[in-house]
Amino acid sequence: MLGLEKKDFTLLLIVTVMVIFAPFVLNPFPEGTAMAQMFNAGYPDLMQRFAIFGILVIGFNILFGLTGYLSFGHAAFLGAGSYAAVWMFKLLGYDIIPAILLSIAVSGLFSLAVGYVSLRRSGIYFSILTLALAQMMFNMAYSVLGNPSSSYNLTNGETGLQVYNSDPQVLLSATDPNFPHLFGLSMRSETHLLVGNWDFTLNAGYYLSGLFLLLAFYISIRIFRSPFGLMLRAVKSNQQRLNYTGLNTRPYTLMAFVISGMYAGLAGGLLACMDPLAGAERMHWTASGEIVIMSILGGIGTLIGPILGAGFNEYFKNILSKINDSILHEWLSFLPDGFEDIMVTLIHPFVGKGWHLTLGLLFMMVIIFLPGGLVEGGQRIGKLFRRKKADTPSDETPVE
Amino acid sequence: MGILEVKGVNKRFGGLQALGDVNLSVQEQTVHAIIGPNGAGKSTLLNCLVGKLIPDTGSVMFDGQSVLGRTPYEINQMGISRVFQTPEIFGDLTVMENMMIPCFAKRDGSFSMTAFAAVRNQKDIIEHAMHALEDMNMADKRHMHSASLSRGDKRRLEIGMCLAQEPRLLLLDEPTAGMARADTNNTIDLLKQIRDTRDITIAIIEHDMHVVFSLAERITVLAQGTPLVEETPENIKGHPKVREAYLGEAQV
Repeated sequence: MLGLEKKDFTLLLIVTVMVIFAPFVLNPFPEGTAMAQMFNAGYPDLMQRFAIFGILVIGFNILFGLTGYLSFGHAAFLGAGSYAAVWMFKLLGYDIIPAILLSIAVSGLFSLAVGYVSLRRSGIYFSILTLALAQMMFNMAYSVLGNPSSSYNLTNGETGLQVYNSDPQVLLSATDPNFPHLFGLSMRSETHLLVGNWDFTLNAGYYLSGLFLLLAFYISIRIFRSPFGLMLRAVKSNQQRLNYTGLNTRPYTLMAFVISGMYAGLAGGLLACMDPLAGAERMHWTASGEIVIMSILGGIGTLIGPILGAGFNEYFKNILSKINDSILHEWLSFLPDGFEDIMVTLIHPFVGKGWHLTLGLLFMMVIIFLPGGLVEGGQRIGKLFRRKKADTPSDETPVE
Repeated sequence: MGILEVKGVNKRFGGLQALGDVNLSVQEQTVHAIIGPNGAGKSTLLNCLVGKLIPDTGSVMFDGQSVLGRTPYEINQMGISRVFQTPEIFGDLTVMENMMIPCFAKRDGSFSMTAFAAVRNQKDIIEHAMHALEDMNMADKRHMHSASLSRGDKRRLEIGMCLAQEPRLLLLDEPTAGMARADTNNTIDLLKQIRDTRDITIAIIEHDMHVVFSLAERITVLAQGTPLVEETPENIKGHPKVREAYLGEAQV
C-alpha cells in the first residue's frame, strides 16, 4: 500500500487514526471539572503544537536517528521558517500556501549553508559548529537584523515579527479572513461538538498541521526504507568502511541535513500559520536542546519515536506548568494541616515555573532505564504480554 | 608494466623517514606479498595506495592512472578494494544489508539520491548481494546482525563485500592478525580460492610467514621504509638480507 510494507502501512494507519481522533482522545474528562482543567489536552493550541513539533522531530530524526550526527542548531531553521512565513503574510496576505513554501525553501537554504560548513567535522565538533552557527543566527535575528529604526529590519528584534495594518499584503482581498487561511478557511475556525458534558473542538489549524504531520511521517518512512536511508544508517555505523566502499559520505550527510532542515522550516512555517508572529527566542539554543530531548525521549532512529517524544514533552510541559500552589493545596487537602504545607513546599519547585526540573528528571529516568526511549518502553511491555501468553499452557501456538 | 606501479615514493613523519624511495611493481593477476619487520613502513605504504596518506614525493599509478590526490572513495571506484587489519563492517546492519552496500556502490557510483525507492524492490541489488553471500557461504546468516558474527565470519564478510564490487586489485592488511589457527587456515583457503577462481590481483601485507608462503607468488621485503628484495617465495626463504632484516646481524 502506498509503496509501504504491511508493517509500515499499519503504523501509518495507526498514526492517521491518532491524528483524526486526537481531539476526542485527549479530552477524556467532561468540561468544567477540575480534572478537565488539569489533564485535558484536546484544545487546539496544544494539539497544534503536538503535530508541529512532531513534524520537527521526525525531520530531526532523519539526521540524528539515521546518520548519528547530533545537530544542536535545528531551532534556527524552525525560526527561519517562521520569519519567512510571517514575511509572506506581511507582503502577500494571509494565504498560507506561499508562506509554507517559502519557509521550507528558506530553511532549506540556511541548512544547506550550515550543513556545508559543519559537516566538515563529525562527532562533538559537528555539534559545536551547528550550535555556534545557530547561535549566530539567533543573535542576528535578535539584534543585528532586528533594529526597528534601520532600513534592513528583517526580524523586528525583541518585539518579534508580526503583521501590521500598514503592511502591503498585495494579494489580500476584502473577503479573506484577517488571519492565516487556506482558500478562505481560517486556521482559527473551529467546530464544537457537544456530547453530554463533553466539549470537543475540531480546529482547522490542527487538522491542517495533522495532515502535514501524516505527510511528513509518510515521507520519513519512505526515506527509512530506501537505499538512501540504508546509506545514512551505514554512515552512522562505519564511515570508514563506507569511504573504502567507494561511497562519498559528505553528500549523503548533507542531504540528510538539508531534508531535516526543511522539515524544521515546515514546522516553523506552520507555527506562524497558527499564530502569525515570529520571535527570535524560537531560535535560541535551548529550543534546539529541546528538539534533541524530544527525539531521545521518543527513541532515536525509530519511526514512531519522534511523534511520541514530541507529544510526551509538550503534554507534560503543559500540565506541569499549569500546576500552582493553590492547586497543590487543593489536591493535598486531605493531609493534616502542617504536613500539607510541608508537602506543598517540597513539590513547589517541581511544578509551575519549575516544570523544567520535573521534565529533566523524567528525561534522566528515560535515559537510564529506557535508553531506547518510549519506543523501547512500548516494546518491553509488548514482550511482557507475549511472554505471558506463551507461558499459558492453553495457548497452542507459541509466539516466535 | 604492472597493474600497480609505485615509483620513488617517500613519506616522512616529522623526523621519521617512514618510506624511503619505495619502488614496487605488482603484476596483474598475481598475489604479491609485502612483508617486513614491525615499523618497516608496510601500513604507511598501503595507506599511500588507498588515498589515506599522500606521499611527499613519488608516484603511484594504478592501471596507468595516478591515484595521488584522490580520496579513498574515488580510488575505490577506480577498482581498488581494501580489507582492514580489524574487520571493518557495518556492525549495526544485518549481514544482507552489509552486502547490499557495495552492490549499490557498484551500480550507482559514489552518490545517488534514491530516497523514494524501497530497498526491498531493488531486485538486481538483492540478487547480486545474495550471490556474493553464497560465494562466501554466508547466505544462511544473512538476517544476523553483523556485529554478532564471529571474528572469522566478520573477516569473511568484509572480503565478500570487497569482492562484490569486482575490484581489479584487492589490498589485504594483515588479514589473519589476531586470529586463531583454525580461522587463519580458513582465511588462507578462502584467499586461495579467490586467487584461483577470479580475475583479480591481490596485494597482501602480512606478518605470518605461513600465510605469506601459502599464497604469494612474489614477495617484497620492506625494512626501514625501503624495499630490500623482491623475489619468489622459494628464493626469499634463505635470503641473507631477509634474515638480517628480521633477525638482525647474527654474526659480527
